[in-house]
Amino acid sequence: MRLPFTRRKPAPSKAERYATATQLQLTWWRFCRHRLAVVSLIVLLLAYTAAIMADFLATTDPHQTNAATSYIEPQAIHWFDNGGFHPFVYGLKGARDMRTFKLSYKVDTSRKVYLDLFAHNYDYSLFGFRTDIHLFGLRNANRNDGIYILGTDQLGRDLWSRLAVATRVSLFIGLVGVSISLFLGVILGGVSAIYGGWIDILVQRMIEVVRSMPTIPLWLGLSAAMPSSWSVTQVYLAITIIISLLSWTDLARTVRGKFLSLREEDFVLAAELAGASQARIIFFHMLPSFTSHIIAAVSLALPAMIISETSLSFLGLGLRPPAISWGVLLQDAQNVQTLVLAPWLLTVAVPVIIVILAFNFLGDGLRDAADPYG
Amino acid sequence: MITFVVRRLLLAIVTTWLISVLSFAIIQLPPGDFVDTYIAQMAASGSSVSAQAAEAMRKMYGLDRPFYVQYGKWVGRIVHGDFGESMEWRRPVLEVIGDRLWLTVLLAFAALIITWGLALPIGIYSAVRQYSIGDYLFTLVGFVGIAVPNFLLALVLMYFSFRWFGASVGGLFSAKYSLLPWSWGKVWDLMKHLPLPAVVLALGGTAQLVRIMRANLLDELRRPYVVTARAKGLTETRVVLKYPVRAALNPFASNIAYLFPFLVSGSVIISIVLGLPTVGPLLVEALISQDMFLAGSIVLLLGVLTVIGTFISDLVLMWVDPRLRQGMG
Repeated sequence: MRLPFTRRKPAPSKAERYATATQLQLTWWRFCRHRLAVVSLIVLLLAYTAAIMADFLATTDPHQTNAATSYIEPQAIHWFDNGGFHPFVYGLKGARDMRTFKLSYKVDTSRKVYLDLFAHNYDYSLFGFRTDIHLFGLRNANRNDGIYILGTDQLGRDLWSRLAVATRVSLFIGLVGVSISLFLGVILGGVSAIYGGWIDILVQRMIEVVRSMPTIPLWLGLSAAMPSSWSVTQVYLAITIIISLLSWTDLARTVRGKFLSLREEDFVLAAELAGASQARIIFFHMLPSFTSHIIAAVSLALPAMIISETSLSFLGLGLRPPAISWGVLLQDAQNVQTLVLAPWLLTVAVPVIIVILAFNFLGDGLRDAADPYG
Repeated sequence: MITFVVRRLLLAIVTTWLISVLSFAIIQLPPGDFVDTYIAQMAASGSSVSAQAAEAMRKMYGLDRPFYVQYGKWVGRIVHGDFGESMEWRRPVLEVIGDRLWLTVLLAFAALIITWGLALPIGIYSAVRQYSIGDYLFTLVGFVGIAVPNFLLALVLMYFSFRWFGASVGGLFSAKYSLLPWSWGKVWDLMKHLPLPAVVLALGGTAQLVRIMRANLLDELRRPYVVTARAKGLTETRVVLKYPVRAALNPFASNIAYLFPFLVSGSVIISIVLGLPTVGPLLVEALISQDMFLAGSIVLLLGVLTVIGTFISDLVLMWVDPRLRQGMG
């Protein structure tokens, strides 16, 4: 029943909602129109979640070598057994080759090894807690049995577990590298735009010089100059810095361009007339209106970072074993002879390509959304 | 116009200088110096060098002097064509590099031509026939080109050619010619082997250029002057090619200056995968065995060649863009 005097507020029309929306909302709506970018965002969030949980997803210790399990082909998980849901894999059986007398391990389809959820395996630390629980593990395993979803490498290490850990290293090296690039880019680009004059000219020429240098030979040279006694962490940091030192230029250009175009805007003039200090204008008025542009530029710079690390490690001059990264894993697949013997080593390329594609699509979507009034 | 050329020339000189400093730093950075390496090598082959002799050698090569003096001496020697001696090969660096440098340039140049030759027509086609099947197809291929690092592409190519044809696709020469001196037959052999690595190298850059060209041309096609041209009854080809394509070419052309360094970089890594006789594999070998004179010289030579290549593409750009010619750029 409706009383004659109660006035219901009418639902706001589409145009009205659009007119009252904040910039962030507008940007978000525009972003959601780019389907591929939304999907990419979800893919990347999943990838980073998986990267953080890498050890939880791993089924065996990624560093543990085992001569018996060298080059085992990828093994599927069988989900149903005896008419019920009992996931299992087949065990391994040692067989002696009667010509070479070499003991090699083959899949033994007569013996089933059942999977358990939240099984115990090697120790690792997650968010500061030490634990040994993994997503799944084997219940009645013999010594050489394992869940080889993606097969094993020459030293008998499980590729799935190694890939999980490699994903963490490669994805975060990109993030750290981009942070350094972003810092350099914002400072140099901002300074260049704010002060103008000879500082601007200097920074601009610097950008041109850096951009016209062939990067890979220089990276190779610099990373080869790292002492071999350095620890994995030191090498990791050094590689990140080397990569980001040559890739801040695009970010600096974006920042400078945005600064220069925003300086002419009416709202900046209004703030100036209202007596706001320069710092206030920069941080409270100008910066919020181009953070979205910076985020877009960052998401386009990230794949380049990841490719750089992968390329360097692939050539054996980036991260070195025992560190695990995508490049280090791909290094195993470097020659054709190995690839023909163990083509599954190339599966590492799949996450590399997916992540790079996703970053590109995300960057595209963000770039369109960064200007929601356009 | 003169200002533009002078500015570019100055920039080229500064870049060359910076590259030379970095190359020298690469030679100097590893612990120990050239004499230490020499002593270690002598020890490995059974003879020993006394401390006095080592000291004398250090003096002779100026290794006891500060960094900038050594740098000056190094540059002085290079100007006279003396790049030092390769530790690994026991031969002058230039002799070790030999033809490899020119093959590197040739590969990068071929990739550059392919990039231009493919990106321009595909970009125009994708913009004019926006959302057609062809456009979607090229966009898809383009994204693959961007997302797959070229060394991975080379790797996959190697694998499948080995799998299907049982032969390796690598190399720039067939076995018959690889050790022979240059002849027309060898040149022809090179021409037959060049396209594949050049395409692998060119794909990433092409994909990016196609996207830029497509976006620019789409912007231009929506302008009123295009409608006017059409209303005047010009043929569609003329409407598109005469004005919008030319206007869209500008940002396209300015990106080309950065394409050459990108290609030289890429050639290093795909050469290793495809086993091409360019300086790439030599550089990596030299770096891994700490043969620093060879490595530093290769970095320097590649850098200088890139600078020259970029300078030439700037001149081409000036020839294409009337605004730069008139000194407005």
